[in-house]
Amino acid sequence: MKIEEALQEEQSSGNTQLRNVYYALDEQGNYRQVLSAGCKAKHDALSLTWEYISKEAETIRQEVLAGKKSPLAYHIRMCLLDIPLLAAYTGLPKKTIKKHLEAKAFLQVDASILKKYADAMHITEEELKSV
Amino acid sequence: MIAFEHKPAAHCESGVTSNLLNFHGINISEPMVLGLGSGLFFSHMPFITLHGMAVTSFRPLPGKIFSRVTNLLGVKVKTRRFIDKDKSMQALDRLIAREMPVGVLVGVFHLPYFPKEYRFHFNAHNIAVIGKENGEYIVSDPVILQKETIGYEALKRCRYAKGTYPPYGKMYWIDRMKTQSPDLQRAVVKAIKLNCRRMLDIPLPFFGVHGIRLLAKRMRRWEKRFGTHRAALNLAQVIRMLEEIGTGGAGFRFMYAAFLQEAADILRQPECRKYAAQMTEAGDRWREFAAAAGRKFKNRGEDLCTYDELADKLMKIAGAEEAIFRLLRQTVNSYKP
Repeated sequence: MKIEEALQEEQSSGNTQLRNVYYALDEQGNYRQVLSAGCKAKHDALSLTWEYISKEAETIRQEVLAGKKSPLAYHIRMCLLDIPLLAAYTGLPKKTIKKHLEAKAFLQVDASILKKYADAMHITEEELKSV
Repeated sequence: MIAFEHKPAAHCESGVTSNLLNFHGINISEPMVLGLGSGLFFSHMPFITLHGMAVTSFRPLPGKIFSRVTNLLGVKVKTRRFIDKDKSMQALDRLIAREMPVGVLVGVFHLPYFPKEYRFHFNAHNIAVIGKENGEYIVSDPVILQKETIGYEALKRCRYAKGTYPPYGKMYWIDRMKTQSPDLQRAVVKAIKLNCRRMLDIPLPFFGVHGIRLLAKRMRRWEKRFGTHRAALNLAQVIRMLEEIGTGGAGFRFMYAAFLQEAADILRQPECRKYAAQMTEAGDRWREFAAAAGRKFKNRGEDLCTYDELADKLMKIAGAEEAIFRLLRQTVNSYKP
């Protein structure tokens, strides 16, 4: 990669705040550090992944509103968590968490466990109960 | 605050290592750290998953680069992990009070200053803690251009992130030097030999050039196995690993090429510059692969590759890298200082 190539990519990659160090060749063929926003493929990979996550989360949100799932299911998706990971953060059994993904069971969860969920996901208990 | 020079870098671990060594008076560039740490690697491990997909990585296990470099340079380091979260924070405070910069391993999901779109449950990010002011820690994160601050609770949370490779509050610092003038020639030769072994000789299909071929082989079946959509996500995950901060990929090939240029001067072996040029070419091929893959999973443009064609590109890269390391091995094996 030449220095100009690294800099050219910056324009194609759109508006991002983050600049990274890259190593690229100067005219003499020696490596130098350049700052660039990185190539397009990287940004595409990131945006595809986030699109997929928000699409999934929206589906779950509709299910929650229809009373099929609990708000916990939605927040787990939003925080990119899964059941084993949330179990590791809260210290609760996986089976319990699985049960709490059902709308009915979630209504009966007591305050101390709600607090554990909320803490693990950086949100307040009120936010946890809503979608 | 400790008088610590914060230099941004391409990769977190080599950046922190290079910054820490500079603080202790060993002036060494980031590519040199990567080279001495034998940091060019590839692994594709279907048996470990991240977000439900196989892990592909372009770097050795977290911590390896630091330990190899310090070993070669005769630097005495200390590493600690803690079960008790508060004790780990107290230990960190004591070191900072002694004006000792400390490297810590953190999960990026909880890092408050990190851009939102990069915050995945990725637990192998390295930062250096270099001071504490008004209850806030000052940290030098090599992938961020300026110094950042982070609160007590937030740092504790990052150090005890959960998931794939949890950091368990790992921290490391340089204790003392065994020698002030390390033998760089010997170190470079040893490091290149190790890197050749890691890329060529591991008798398992998941690592080194065999790993690239395994990824190619599995990629050909993705569409049939996972369906169009999940296949695209799998490809996106590989590209994220390829280009994203922390895992190297194409960027590592260029950095290793920069190391080979430095090595050519240190060893007085002009051939190494030739290998550097070949390594640059391999890096460019990785970037081409990434660009083609990007068009593929975004479904954009006319000349969409099939998974088979992408796999063919990988097979070529594997061949090119194998050739480079075989030549490199010949050169260092016959090297006499």
